[in-house]
Amino acid sequence: MMKKLIQAVILILVFYLILKLGIPALGSFLHHGTWPVVPTNLMRIYVFFIVAGVLLYLTFNEESAKELGKPIKEVYGNPEKGGLRMIVIAVIALFGGYITYQNVKPSFEAPVELRSIHPAPPSSVEMWGKPYNLLKLTNPFREDKANFEKNAREGGIVFFKNCFYCHGDKLDGKGHYNSGFSPMPANFVDVGTIAQLQESFLFWRIGTGGPGLPKEGAPWRSAMPIWQHFLSEEEIWKVILFLYDYTGHSPRTFG
Amino acid sequence: MGFLGKGLFKGVSFRFTSLTACLFLIFFASTLILPISHNASLSLKPAFATESPAPAGEHAAPVLSKAEGKPEEGKKEGEGKFTYQPAPKIKVEDYPIVKGFNSRIAVWIVAQLHLFFGAFVLAVPIFVLVIEGVGLATKDERYDHMAHEFIKVSMTAFSITASLGGLLSLMLVSFYPDFFKYMAGIFGKTMIIYALLFFGESFCLYVYYYGWDRMNEGFSKWLHLTMGLMLNVFGMTLMVLSNTWVSFMMAPSGIDDAGVFTGDIWAAIRGPLWNPINLHRFIANIAFGGSIVGAYAAFKFLSAKTDEEKAHYDWMGYTANFIAIFGFLPLPFAGYWLMKEVYGYSQQMGITAMGGAFAWLFIIQAVLIGSLFLGANYYLWCGMGRIKGSERYTPAIKYLIVVIVGCFLVWFTPHTLIMTSKEVTQVGGTHHPVLGFLGVMSAKNTAVNILIVSTFLSFMLYRRSNKIATASWTSTGNALQVALFAGGAINIVTLGVYGYFIPANIRIGLSIPQVMTTLTIIIVSSVLDGFMYKGAKSTGPIEWGKMGQRSQYALFLLAVSFTWLMGLMGYVRSALRQHWHVYTVFRDNSLDAYTPTLGYAAGIITIAVYIFIALVIFAFWIANFSAKKHAEASH
Repeated sequence: MMKKLIQAVILILVFYLILKLGIPALGSFLHHGTWPVVPTNLMRIYVFFIVAGVLLYLTFNEESAKELGKPIKEVYGNPEKGGLRMIVIAVIALFGGYITYQNVKPSFEAPVELRSIHPAPPSSVEMWGKPYNLLKLTNPFREDKANFEKNAREGGIVFFKNCFYCHGDKLDGKGHYNSGFSPMPANFVDVGTIAQLQESFLFWRIGTGGPGLPKEGAPWRSAMPIWQHFLSEEEIWKVILFLYDYTGHSPRTFG
Repeated sequence: MGFLGKGLFKGVSFRFTSLTACLFLIFFASTLILPISHNASLSLKPAFATESPAPAGEHAAPVLSKAEGKPEEGKKEGEGKFTYQPAPKIKVEDYPIVKGFNSRIAVWIVAQLHLFFGAFVLAVPIFVLVIEGVGLATKDERYDHMAHEFIKVSMTAFSITASLGGLLSLMLVSFYPDFFKYMAGIFGKTMIIYALLFFGESFCLYVYYYGWDRMNEGFSKWLHLTMGLMLNVFGMTLMVLSNTWVSFMMAPSGIDDAGVFTGDIWAAIRGPLWNPINLHRFIANIAFGGSIVGAYAAFKFLSAKTDEEKAHYDWMGYTANFIAIFGFLPLPFAGYWLMKEVYGYSQQMGITAMGGAFAWLFIIQAVLIGSLFLGANYYLWCGMGRIKGSERYTPAIKYLIVVIVGCFLVWFTPHTLIMTSKEVTQVGGTHHPVLGFLGVMSAKNTAVNILIVSTFLSFMLYRRSNKIATASWTSTGNALQVALFAGGAINIVTLGVYGYFIPANIRIGLSIPQVMTTLTIIIVSSVLDGFMYKGAKSTGPIEWGKMGQRSQYALFLLAVSFTWLMGLMGYVRSALRQHWHVYTVFRDNSLDAYTPTLGYAAGIITIAVYIFIALVIFAFWIANFSAKKHAEASH
C-alpha cells in the first residue's frame, strides 16, 4: 500500500542528495580545496520543483495517482486509524515548528542581501568635473590600432601598480588582499564579468568605485576605491584596454 | 446562397446589410492603408501639427517652430505656421490630485486589466477563425461549434475591454494631462484612427458572432469567414497602432533632443522596439488566449453533469491547451529579440531589466515559465490515459520529466546568488564555480531549447498513442527521428558549451542556430510523422471525457501563470523607463516618480490578476447562463 509513497520519498531524497553533494563535489574538482555549497535559498526552490516533478511523475497515471493517495486517505479517512492519524499530525506540526524555529532563531550572522553584482549604470556621470554620456561613450584607444600594444602595455603597468593587489596577477580576483573582502574582488577572466559589459560600464565602475554604485549594488559593501581621485581619464581607458587584451575577452557590443 | 432569401437579420434585407458592410469595410480599409502608404507621411505631416503656436506654459521649454526653419513639405501658402511642442518640464504641482485616488496605482491596475482583456479578445478571433476554417475543410461540425463557443466566451470580455479602455483614457487625461497632451500632439491622429478602427472591429465582431448560425452554408459561410478575417485585420491593426505609443515611450524616435516632434509620423512610429513588441505581443496573445479558454473548458469540464458534456469540454480543453502551447513555444525567442533590441537601444535599460533592479522578476518569470512547461506537459501525459495504446509510450515519460525538470532548474538558476556570509566564505566569493555557469545566456538558451524539444516530444508521443504506423519504411522513419532528436539535442548542447569560449556579443548570436535546430527538429519530425502515420491503424478512439480531474487544474495553472507572467513582465518593460514618461525626453516629476520595491510591484500586479480572474469568472458565468437559456429554448 505504501509502495508509491516510499518511492516518492526515495526519489526526492536521491535527487536532493545529487544536488546537495554533487554540485559541491564538482566545484571541489574544479577548484581543489573548496567546497562550494548550493546556497540555501536556491536549494529550497530546487527542492520544491524536485518534489513537484516527482509528484507529476507519480500522478499522471490514474492507478499510480490512486496508489499514491491511498495511504494518505487511509490515515485521514479511516476511523480505525485515529491513533496513527494523531501521530502523523503531530509529526507534521513538529516538523513545521522545527522549520519555523530554524528560520526565526536569533543569529549573529549578517542578514542575506540582495546584491546586484552588475547594476545598471546611470545614463551620464560626472568625473573630473565634467559630464560623460555613458550611453554613447567609447574607449578612445580602441580604434588606435597602430598603438594598441603600447597602450595595452601602459594599461598593464597601471593595473600592476594599482589593481593587482586585489584583482590578482592573473586577473582572476585572487590578489593578496582577496580573502579580506566580502564581496571578493571581481574575477575578470570569468565569462560573467567584463565579457558581459561595455567599456563605458567599466569606465564608470572604475572611475566612481564602490561608493558610485547604485543602491541595488550595495555600495556600502564594496571596497573599490574611487579611482578618478588617483588615476587620469587616459589611464583608466588604457587599463580597460589591458583588461580585455589580457583576458582575451571582447567588450560587449549590441545590435 | 440560401440565406439571401432569409435576410441576415430579421427585418433587415441582406442586400442592404451587405452593401453597408462593404462600404464600411472600404472606408476602414482606406483609413488602414493610408498611414502605411509611401506618400502618407507627406500628407499626414500638416495634419499632425498643432495649428497655432502651442502655449508653452510657465514650466515648458521654449516652443520650437519647425516652420521657422525650412518650410514643411506639403504646407500650402496661407496656412498657419505648424509648430510642435517640446517635451514639457513639469513640476510636481502640475499633476492634478484626485482625492481618494493614487494616480499611479489607478492607472497601473486599469492599464493592466485593459491589456489582459485586450490580449484575450485579440487572440480568440485568431484561433476561432482557424478552427472555423478547419471545420469547413474537414466538414466536421464539432469544430464549428467549438469555434462558436470560443467566440461566445470572448463577447463579454470584448465589452469589458472597451469599458476599461475608456476608463484608462479618462484616467490618463485626469491624472497625467501634460503627458497625454504631449503624446496626443505627436500621435493624435493615430489615436483617432485607433478609435475608428475600434468601430470596424466591433462591427465585424457582432456580424461574425450573431451571424454565425445564419451564415453557415455555401457562399455565406465564406462571407462569414471573411468577416472573421476582417475582425482579425482590425484587431491586429489596433494592436500595432497602440504599440507605437508604448514603444515611443520606451525608445522615442522621430523627435529631436528636446523632444520636439520632427513632423515625420512614420519615424515616430517605427522606433527600435516597435516590431519586437508587435511580434512578442502577437505570439503571447495567442498563448494567453488559449490558456484562458482552456480554463473555461476546465471549468465546464469540472461542472459537467453528463458524459457528453464532459467529452465535449475535454476536447475543448485539449484544443485550448494545444493553442496555448503552440503560441508558447516560439515565445521565448520573440522575448530574446525584444530584449536584444532593448540592450541595443540602451545598455542601461538592458542591465536594469536583466542584471539590475528587475533581475529578480526575471527569476520569477523563469519559475513561472518552467511551471507552464510542466503544466502543459502534465496535461498531455494525463491525456494519454484516455487513449488505448498509449501504454507503449508511457515508460518514456519518466525520462522526459527528468530532462524537463533538469532544464527548468538550469533555466531559473540566477546569475547573482543570494548567499549568507557563511556561504560566501564556503563558496569562495559571490561567484559560484559551478552554478555561475548556469547563470549566463549560454546555459539559459540551451535549457529553453531542450525544454521546447522535450515538450514537442511529449506532444508527438501523445499524437502517436492510438496509432500504429503501417508504412513499409516505419522502422527507418523511427530511426531517422531518433537520430534527428539526438543529433539536434547534441547540437544545441554543443553550441551552448561553445558559447562559454567566445565573446558575449558573438555568444548571443549562437541562439539563432540553436533555435534553428529546434525548429528543424519540430518541422522535419512533424513531416516525417505525417507521412509515416498516413493511413495508420488505430488502436481505438480517444475516449474524450475519461480524464482525471487533476489534469484540469493544470489548465487553471496555465491560465493563472500566463496572467501573472504578463503582469510581471509587462511591469518590467514599462518600469524600465524609470523616472521618465518618455525615456530621456519627458521626465516624470510626480510624487510617484520612483521605482517601487519588487515586493510592492508584485503585490499590485497580483491584485490586478485577482481582479482579472474575478472578471473572467464573471464572463464565464454569463456565457454559461446564455448557453443554459439556449439549451432550454432548444429543448
